Amino acid sequence: MLLSTAKTFKRGALVGTIALSATALLLTGCGEAPPAAGESSSQNPAAANFLGCIVSDSGGFDDQSFNQSSYEGLKSAEKDLGIKLKEAQSSTTADFAPNLATMASAGCNLTVTVGFLLAEATGTAAKANPDLHYAIIDDNSIKADNVKPIVYDTAQAAFMAGYVAASVSKTGKVGTFGGINIPTVTIFMDGFAQGVDYYNTKQGKDVKLLGWDAKSQQGSFANTFEIIQEGTKTTNNLIAEGADVIMPVAGPLGKGAGDAILAANKTGKDVKLVWVDSDGFLTAPTYKEILLTSVIKTMGEAVEAVVKEDLDGKFDATPYIGTLENGGVALAPFHDLDASVTADTKTQLEEIKKSIVDGSIKVESAASPK
Amino acid sequence: MSGTDKNVPAEQTPGTPGAPGNPGAPSIPGATGTPGATGAAGKPTAPSAQGNADKPGKPEKESSASQVVREIMSGSAMISVLAVVVALVIGGILIAITDTRVTTAFGYFFGDPMATLKAIWASISEAYGALWRGATYDPGARTWQGRLGIFETLTFATPLILSGLSVTLAFRVGLFNIGAKGQIILGATFAGVVGFMIELPPGIHLLAVMVAGAIGGALWGGIAGFLKAKTGAHEVIVTIMLNYIAVSLVLYLLKNQLRDPSSSNPISPRMHETAMFPLLLGPNYRLHAGLIVAILAVIVVSWLLNRSTLGFEYRAIGANPRAARTAGMLVSRGYITVMLISGALAGLAGVTQLAGTEKILDADIAGSIGFDAITVALLGRSKPWGTFFAAILFGAFKAGGTSMAINANVSIDIVAVVQSLIVLFIAAPPLIRSIFRIKEARSEGVSA
Repeated sequence: MLLSTAKTFKRGALVGTIALSATALLLTGCGEAPPAAGESSSQNPAAANFLGCIVSDSGGFDDQSFNQSSYEGLKSAEKDLGIKLKEAQSSTTADFAPNLATMASAGCNLTVTVGFLLAEATGTAAKANPDLHYAIIDDNSIKADNVKPIVYDTAQAAFMAGYVAASVSKTGKVGTFGGINIPTVTIFMDGFAQGVDYYNTKQGKDVKLLGWDAKSQQGSFANTFEIIQEGTKTTNNLIAEGADVIMPVAGPLGKGAGDAILAANKTGKDVKLVWVDSDGFLTAPTYKEILLTSVIKTMGEAVEAVVKEDLDGKFDATPYIGTLENGGVALAPFHDLDASVTADTKTQLEEIKKSIVDGSIKVESAASPK
Repeated sequence: MSGTDKNVPAEQTPGTPGAPGNPGAPSIPGATGTPGATGAAGKPTAPSAQGNADKPGKPEKESSASQVVREIMSGSAMISVLAVVVALVIGGILIAITDTRVTTAFGYFFGDPMATLKAIWASISEAYGALWRGATYDPGARTWQGRLGIFETLTFATPLILSGLSVTLAFRVGLFNIGAKGQIILGATFAGVVGFMIELPPGIHLLAVMVAGAIGGALWGGIAGFLKAKTGAHEVIVTIMLNYIAVSLVLYLLKNQLRDPSSSNPISPRMHETAMFPLLLGPNYRLHAGLIVAILAVIVVSWLLNRSTLGFEYRAIGANPRAARTAGMLVSRGYITVMLISGALAGLAGVTQLAGTEKILDADIAGSIGFDAITVALLGRSKPWGTFFAAILFGAFKAGGTSMAINANVSIDIVAVVQSLIVLFIAAPPLIRSIFRIKEARSEGVSA
């Protein structure tokens, strides 16, 4: 294509084109030079000296999931509090230790590590640098004075998602699948399953959940967080089995699930999507026409809060546990699909939320943070 | 014997850049096959980076020093160095044009041309400065580990040396071993089983771990060698496929037999302390005794290739398998044994990863080492010591790349781009020659 276009050009024409584009390029260089102004710094000096750092897991900071939310949290801390920021993406597990070592040698006051995969490396780094602070997302295994775990009782919000999913299902089947069978994934599925069960008990219905058996802790898994097509494949299977609300708990594979649903709806089906981690309406707007709701973990806010605490000299190692009560986890608004949820269901959801907060409904998952 | 003969693909002229074989006239000095005879022909000091210098057609009087200079100037070593230089220059251009300071300054280029140049200089010097300091010595770092990045460079280089040797050795027999990744994984898995499942006294335990790792790698490499020798199955295809099988196999084992019972993730328990390589410089640095193993391996492979009967056979097969067969060598045996040794070396690379730095086996234990090994071997011109220095350069890229990403805020992908460009330029020597107007070496192809 390019080659044939080039061939049809006469040599002279080609030279002319090049000359023209070169001129265009040069014209872009005609702007005014800015005045040589000194750095204006109205920030408080403590914040300007505070170095907040973040190390991703292999998902990278553009995963539209927990790496991204945490990163955005630190970014807004940079903006709001005036701290300095350093970032490192890891592509393999072998990158964790060197990345953390480099952060330590750069003198990071607080290093946020994203994901349980970094637990080992974070523990080691925290031990080697007792004067520096660490915060780890989604892991509660490190016991050290300078490590703050940030964990989420996601099952609470997923319970509400399960309830609303069961209420809008027309086929009487809802589905879910995970990336890998690990606690941070299955906690969503456990909550979702219990929400569906609760709906069945309360409303006397028999909505079935495909893709997860809470008793045996087995279900449908793509066995990857990276190959998006696996999400499409798994979702197609669930749709073929009759599910019309699907919650993928697999990071970027959610996009694969969204694509599968968009394709299925073109053929006359009416399938809806439940996003996880962030509000998909904002982070994955491609799917807003099929997006029922999202199970949100507000990692950005948690990260920013921890930075602020540390900046104020109030850092402690008590785990931050995100719940419905403190707003760490939440059910996103229904946005464009608001009409598909009945007013009754909405009031019931409010009651459910209250009951979970006051403990009269117990959402239990083997993966819940203790 | 005759059965294996017809199975070996007829076209075995090695296309590997490192072993520019000259078929037709095998440069086999003295058909006696005694390596000692070649050593007498004015061989430079011990195992030189330029490998063996036996050139039967050359006058014997040439001093070893001038020989080395001539090889560097005319031959492959110079191309390697220039490839790195050109790749770094292009990397620098990429760093500059992706830097917002440069693009902003370019917006008023005619208002203040110096600003653009200053921004370009600042951008490139900061990035490469951080790369250099991260890889060698950084006086401004807060921790000792960060200050002496050279040890981090050597730590990264250790598995690359071993896996690079694995690829190098196979190259010399005319085999393109793409399977270092799978062999590393199998080596690490075998080593892991011994390392975290069995308790042994110190010393013996580490030795057992290394032996197990070498066996694991040799097994995986041996499959490819065996299939090549017996059925003619192309080693590139077989080793690539074995990589996938290795990843899935280790993941399966990590989910079942090898899983850490206290973890729900597919990772193994920690290695016992007795199974770990001792740290060479105390707890502040990750540098471990695996480096010594790697250096010993370079010496052994260098000896094997240049001084031993087996190595002579390997080089002969690599230069021209048909001629080697006519000369009475067992080509199929050569393929199998070289892949066993090659696999064992890659397996040892897996051991240095697991028992040196990682401590815990996961499915990603090989990382990008398996493929970096191919680049390292190419850059090292398929010479053992060349591979050694190439591995250290890549170790420096890794150690410095982290520092560059964090301290200069340049994407670590730039390092990957530079590495890939190096491969590109090495694979296309005429490109480098035309850039630098180097005359084609007359002796090209003579050095084995």
